[in-house]
Amino acid sequence: MIEMQDVSFGYHVGSELLTGMTLSLQPGMFHFLTGPSGSGKTTLLRLCYADLLPSSGQLKVFDQDVTELGRDEIAMLRRRVGVVHQDTQFLDHLPVAENVALPLSVAGQGVDIDAMRDLLGWVQLAAQARSYPPSLSGGERQRAALARAVILSPDVVLADEPTGNLDWEMSMRLMQLLIELNKSGKTVLVATHDLNLIRATKAQVSARVLRIAGGTLHLAGADL
Amino acid sequence: MKRHDFRALNLRTLWQGLIRGDGGTGDRIVPPTGFTAHLTLFSAAAMAFLAVFALALALATGRLADRWSSELAQSVTVRVSAPDGDQDAYTQAVLQIVQATPGAGTPQKLPNDQVAQLLAPWFGPDMPVDALPVPDLIEVPIISKDFDPEGLRLRLEAEASGAVLDDHTQWRRPLVTAANRLRAFGIISLILIAAASASMITLAAKAALAANGQVIRVLRLIGARDITIATAFVRRFTHRAALGAGAGTLAGMLCVALLPDMQAAGGFLTGLGFQGWGWLMPLLIPVIAAAVGFLATKWAALRMLGSVR
Repeated sequence: MIEMQDVSFGYHVGSELLTGMTLSLQPGMFHFLTGPSGSGKTTLLRLCYADLLPSSGQLKVFDQDVTELGRDEIAMLRRRVGVVHQDTQFLDHLPVAENVALPLSVAGQGVDIDAMRDLLGWVQLAAQARSYPPSLSGGERQRAALARAVILSPDVVLADEPTGNLDWEMSMRLMQLLIELNKSGKTVLVATHDLNLIRATKAQVSARVLRIAGGTLHLAGADL
Repeated sequence: MKRHDFRALNLRTLWQGLIRGDGGTGDRIVPPTGFTAHLTLFSAAAMAFLAVFALALALATGRLADRWSSELAQSVTVRVSAPDGDQDAYTQAVLQIVQATPGAGTPQKLPNDQVAQLLAPWFGPDMPVDALPVPDLIEVPIISKDFDPEGLRLRLEAEASGAVLDDHTQWRRPLVTAANRLRAFGIISLILIAAASASMITLAAKAALAANGQVIRVLRLIGARDITIATAFVRRFTHRAALGAGAGTLAGMLCVALLPDMQAAGGFLTGLGFQGWGWLMPLLIPVIAAAVGFLATKWAALRMLGSVR
């Protein structure tokens, strides 16, 4: 689904943040991406949904080389990749239900009211459907972001520090939703620096843990 | 900016912007921003108000040019000067020539009292016309397009050397030229108003796009194409331009309707109104304003979205 071959990226010319990244996200797999703050986890995720383009190497998403895609093709690609952003970006002037349904609107699809009700119920936000994003708690915002990420039934779900501002109970609740998505066949990649969260999740689902250190990607194992 | 994107924002989008502006979520993705909304509404209303007057001026001067042109072109005058004692014979000869001219109606020699009236501004009311060598004036009505003033002029020169044809060209030409230029100024004003409106709406649209950078980023991240984002802005601004222009047009039409009636006062300025079907023409202004808003926003949005990744 997402294939990186010797990918490098730097925000400034001559200063590479990530080098020699080789990665293959296979369908139906659960992945964690860990590493210290500033190591490039968010950057790697942004490469995965073509928000950034590699400075060298080859990056293929759904068998398409992202460097060869036009703007419209990248937009279509993003409809197949659900992203839960670290800062849960919403349109604050729209209620939660409309924010969650936004990917359907921009894709020109109608909203199935029953399906929407089920989705909001799944993330336990049915009561907040008409609330506005600024009035939501951190956990509610993350769950709303997850609902928005999956409403188009994407093939891959990427989550960038989805539990960063949440307490343990709320974090596990969110992880439970991601595990359910994975069990329904979605490929999931979660970036987090919380090793306890990774251990708790691995107890419930088979997950591969990738670690970024020194600008390169490693398969983590016993160090967890 | 992609050419097919520019085409994709079509008349359907214009119509939707005209009739509803803010529809479903697709249109409401643009947050309502007070500043650009008020700027667009106000500028569209002000420009439409001015456009009504420019249109009224153009139509009125057009009518004036036609009227002056047609009224003065309905007759010509022959001035007959002759040596003492030969005046009547000369005048009769000229009358015969004119009667034989194709397209000319029955010529009529102006009586002395009418001639005296014409000269009164220069010589006073008591001037004895009979005692002065005042030329005879013959008014010739033009009854068909066959009338050839140049042919008549040449024949008079050849057969009645004291007769001079005056087809009023020297009077008519500057009047008609002035009226036509006023009409041209009116049309130029309309074009300038449309251009100024387009500029202001473009600026307002760009300000709205810049102010909504975060919205645009969110929309892109969830898979919105540029055309989708642009459409939301285009509909919003088309609607505002039409709404503002509608209000400005109604206000302008009301002011024109309140101008003094031309028949009552009879002057040129009092003729600056609409007549008959002409009253329907200002109703095109909101539609044109919407089209201007549509094209200006479409250009600004697609250009701006295309310039940032």
